[in-house]
Amino acid sequence: MTMNNKLLSLAAASVVALGLGSSAFAAGDTPTPPKQAWSHAGIFGTFDRGALQRGYQVYKEVCAACHSANLIAFRHLRDIGYSEDQVKAIAATYEVRDGPNDEGEMFTRPGRPSDRLPSPFPNEQAARAANNGAMPPDLSLMVKARAGGADYLYGLLTGYGDAPAGFKLQDGMNYNAYFPGHQIAMAPPLADEAVEYADGTKPTQAQHAKDLTTFLAWTAEPELEARKRMGIKVMLFLLVLTAMLYALKRAIWRDLH
Amino acid sequence: MSSQGSEFKSNSAIVNWIEYRLPVFSFMNGQLNEYPTPKNLNYMWNFGSLAGIVLVIMIATGITLAMHYTAHVDYAFDSVERIMRDVNYGWLIRYIHMNGGSFFFIVVYIHIFRGLYYGSYKAPREILWIIGVFILLAMMATAFMGYVLPWGQMSFWGATVITNLFSAFPIIGESVVEWLWGGFVVDNPTLNRFYALHYLLPFVIVGLVFVHLWALHVHHSNNPTGVEIKNLGEDTIPFHPYYTIKDLFGLGVLLIFFAGFVFYAPNYMGHPDNYIEANPLVTPAHIVPEWYFLPFYAILRAFTADFFLYWPVSWLISAKLAGVLAMFGSILLFVLLPWLDTSRVRSCRYRPVYRYFFWIFLIDCIVLGVVGGKPAEGVWVTIGQIATFWYFFHLVILTPLIGWLETPKPLPESISASVLQDNPAAQPAE
Repeated sequence: MTMNNKLLSLAAASVVALGLGSSAFAAGDTPTPPKQAWSHAGIFGTFDRGALQRGYQVYKEVCAACHSANLIAFRHLRDIGYSEDQVKAIAATYEVRDGPNDEGEMFTRPGRPSDRLPSPFPNEQAARAANNGAMPPDLSLMVKARAGGADYLYGLLTGYGDAPAGFKLQDGMNYNAYFPGHQIAMAPPLADEAVEYADGTKPTQAQHAKDLTTFLAWTAEPELEARKRMGIKVMLFLLVLTAMLYALKRAIWRDLH
Repeated sequence: MSSQGSEFKSNSAIVNWIEYRLPVFSFMNGQLNEYPTPKNLNYMWNFGSLAGIVLVIMIATGITLAMHYTAHVDYAFDSVERIMRDVNYGWLIRYIHMNGGSFFFIVVYIHIFRGLYYGSYKAPREILWIIGVFILLAMMATAFMGYVLPWGQMSFWGATVITNLFSAFPIIGESVVEWLWGGFVVDNPTLNRFYALHYLLPFVIVGLVFVHLWALHVHHSNNPTGVEIKNLGEDTIPFHPYYTIKDLFGLGVLLIFFAGFVFYAPNYMGHPDNYIEANPLVTPAHIVPEWYFLPFYAILRAFTADFFLYWPVSWLISAKLAGVLAMFGSILLFVLLPWLDTSRVRSCRYRPVYRYFFWIFLIDCIVLGVVGGKPAEGVWVTIGQIATFWYFFHLVILTPLIGWLETPKPLPESISASVLQDNPAAQPAE
């Protein structure tokens, strides 16, 4: 087996590993949303804490009217920079249904850090009834559950516009450049100044979309920072270990022929 | 070199006490330490031991995941997310297990193609090879059922599509499918039995691996020349330390790639739809299996009513059944490979014609993989059918034919002669 053949087989293996992975997801005629610069991208990526907290505010004041994020508990908000007391205060602003109590009655009480973010609708039927038959999906995993991830979500949030001439839009639907099929039931959720930021950030539509997407990237992958931090240590360790194993291999095989 | 383990004697009285009653130490010494291994194995021979290590990683992470997973249609998806969020290092264990599945197949596919190139399936290693085919089948069943457990959209619809294949069999088909499901749709009974089998089958694989190694150790490893070991002293070196260190170095390289995916692209080889909880009422736009099944998926879908390979059997069976049989046949055919290959020479190094067809076959498999990931429409159907034809044409027609017609290059006298030839500067070790 020549060196060339070895390279060929390596190349073939990497084609199988890398090429096929992505080919399976190419779908439809919708354009690929442009790539954005995310602070959490790359091997050293971390979430922008300001964007996370602003994004949570956008979620709370806009999205949460229709969308749940039921994998997130208030206690998780510690990760996006709130203190224990702040988390308690945030949770307490919600009324949470609990029970049954000793009399067998359901009751409401102020939220606690261990509670999940409350859903806007009691069940799927109620959600559909309130939304023209459409079901607003849970947002916890949205960034991981769509091809294109954060770029797609940002593209979707900012991709509303008028349908091109000749495009037949169904009743109650909206035109979106990046939604597969271009017809989306959700009305444009974010406008300039949809939310008033406490930290003085200019409340443009693009800023809202960026902050919200960062927040939802966190809800989808709350382990991202820990993962990347550990990854660097593991990679460095493996590189040194493998180099040492290679040197040892050379030394052991040296006297052999 | 002494014959394997026969003169084993330890300095430890405890070891000798056990050895006298159960000769496990001499066995391990003979099979793992002194075990004679061809001295000329290249890095393609690393992938067998790598596959074994990945299997251990899969079982270790899998058992840990099983402690936190709930096999119920209402809770499975959320229990996986709980592992990702609330179990200590749960995300790490799950991502290792998820990507470990892919890496298991990467490593095993390289291992298989190494065997194909160097003729490792030929006498006297036919049974070794056939056990390997069974290991691959068991791996595929395990991986398929494992992918169902997170109960995402692709889990559910993949399970629906694949189990429905059995409905292609006439008369018994429908009953078989309902028997597999434990009901009339993919539902909780299906999830539960898949979980039970997903836990069981890896241990079946471990058993098969032991038999695979047993058969290997009878006639020892093949080698790049394909020439049998003639003289243990000249042609072989002890497994330890030479191949233990070489395998460890290979493991280091593998782990670098593995960790790269686990920490920086953990979902690259998965499908985003599997982060949407299973919903029997919503069908995904494109149902695709995991990447390692795509070549076989392409063969399955190639069999349409107008595919010329289907014509000869079109009076007898449906195109769907033909596709199902072709898909399973494409793997089971490898059982016959030792007899389909008629060449006396093992290694493609000395097979000037067949070696080119080996590379064409490898490319053909990759093309099938690409086609399997595309929607079955337009030009992809045609490409898939040509590639499917070539797959069977290569194995059933070309392999026996080239074996008869080809004039192989002269073989080296022995393994050590070939090593010296490649390396004239090296002196024989005396």
